[in-house]
Amino acid sequence: MIRNQRSEVVVAYLLILPFALTYGVLFLWPTVQMVYLSFTDAPLIGAGTWIGLENYVEMFDDRRFWTSVKNTAYFVALTVIPNTLIGLGIAMMVSRLKGWQQSVILAMFFLPYILPVSVVYRIWAWMFNLQFGIMQYPLTWIFGEKTPVFRTQWMFMPAVAFVTIWWTCGFNILLFLSGLRSISTDIYEAAALDNANRWTIFRRITWPLIWPVTALVLTIQLILQLKIFDQVYLFVQGGRPDPSMVLVQYIYSQAFQKNEGGYAAAISVALFVIVIVFSVLQFQFLRARGEK
Amino acid sequence: MSAVESQSADAKAATSSARSRAIKSLDIGGLILTLITVIFAVLWAFPIYWGMVTSLKPESQVISDTVEFLPRTWSFEAYWHVMVNTMIGRWYVNSLVTSLGVTAITLVTSALTAYALSQLRFPGRTVLWFLILASFMVPLTALIVNHFILMAQLSLINTWMGVILPQLIHPVVIIVYKNFFDSVPKEYREAAKMDSASEWRIFSRIYLPMNWGVTTALSIVIFIGAWNNFLWPFLAVSRPEMMNVAVGITQVNDAFGVQYARELAGAMMAAMLVAVLYLIFQRRVTQAIMLSAGVKG
Repeated sequence: MIRNQRSEVVVAYLLILPFALTYGVLFLWPTVQMVYLSFTDAPLIGAGTWIGLENYVEMFDDRRFWTSVKNTAYFVALTVIPNTLIGLGIAMMVSRLKGWQQSVILAMFFLPYILPVSVVYRIWAWMFNLQFGIMQYPLTWIFGEKTPVFRTQWMFMPAVAFVTIWWTCGFNILLFLSGLRSISTDIYEAAALDNANRWTIFRRITWPLIWPVTALVLTIQLILQLKIFDQVYLFVQGGRPDPSMVLVQYIYSQAFQKNEGGYAAAISVALFVIVIVFSVLQFQFLRARGEK
Repeated sequence: MSAVESQSADAKAATSSARSRAIKSLDIGGLILTLITVIFAVLWAFPIYWGMVTSLKPESQVISDTVEFLPRTWSFEAYWHVMVNTMIGRWYVNSLVTSLGVTAITLVTSALTAYALSQLRFPGRTVLWFLILASFMVPLTALIVNHFILMAQLSLINTWMGVILPQLIHPVVIIVYKNFFDSVPKEYREAAKMDSASEWRIFSRIYLPMNWGVTTALSIVIFIGAWNNFLWPFLAVSRPEMMNVAVGITQVNDAFGVQYARELAGAMMAAMLVAVLYLIFQRRVTQAIMLSAGVKG
């Protein structure tokens, strides 16, 4: 019997070994190294000397760092809640349909989500193209002239947020759809008998019952959008990146363009901490509301 | 008696008229809502259609001042140009190899670990489980600098392995597998134990086959994720011939010139494989995405 248990332990360790190796080498080790690197003045590749908290001191005085924090926060504000609400709205519209009609309509809303970001970029760069873009018709109607959306500073972030919502909303729609399906139809029938109007039904039945899903979507969105890089990087290509710089982009530019490995690691630690703090806070907050 | 009866009849009439009114208003309102849904869906999908149609026009029709929703003449010139003048074939192979690599390695390591966590008792089990749950919150994006340094130290920059390795951390796959392994009835395992089957046999003959659906779903979602991943493949590769297709179509600008149809043809080709995969396996893909978000069903 003891022999048996011991062999179970050996087998367990053997099964875990491949994962433990990848996890250790590709996750734990880089994390430790990141913290260490942030206390040195090392270039991207090569050794540096220990400089204590200097990188962090520099960071707090770095105007461009704070710009990138502000831009990231702005992007999060522009995407997280709108994306969640639009997802819920579309899911409610789609859930009314049945059978093949639902499949077709859902596919139309979901298809953008499975595109690579560079394809999304190509499509929307063409849509907004200054000379021939089809979006210039509504833009001309609104602003009276053709508008270089991704070269106009105040429009840049909202436009990238708009494209991001178009791209990623499908995911939220799916989660909301499965949530809506799990609400019993009896409740709606009872409400219909009581002559409740659509808004009352939504406010009194759908919204409270769907809240756990909403909470999940909000959390996923928040964590995801804090890590924004791809779209901002692609759409700013050929223009000035500084005014719309976001956090991950600042890490990228410090490490890979300025060759400041140590400083980039310090900013990475900041991003690391921000994301974890938000994850924990949001989790607690959502749990508290969920229990109410 | 009769008063009660008439009252209940009244009540019945009232409910039935309320119901018929509700149904009536639902029909008109519902029809309008359906119409809005369809229009909105068409608008939503339009950019993809527009990109595709543009890529099928001759360049001279692309840069016209009128909007033409169908090409006057269909042309595959742009696709032909991209195939001949860029390394898109090579990029496709790179994407396929690295995405399949990420998928296969992640699935194998995760399934084995999940089985151990779910069915075996060993010291350190709880600690490992907490580590996995905790790493769920950690942003891998913050590790790009150190992943790059590590891959450079291992001389893996500009190689398939260098693209694959940092993408292997997917704690959610273990979590999903463990949930499903947990729900396999204990009797199967006990019966197999009676026949003195080894753990490996129990895993590969019972637990894995019983969860093929999960494996398929997870592999689809990991594959699509790896295929579409931009940031890491973009950092890990600088040589055009080692790029993934999603990176290649944006980084090699001079390959296209300022030719919109060609840029879009490249984009359409980059999206094609995964789009077709989705349209064929629609149900599986949606299931897979729910699973990865921690929603069973």
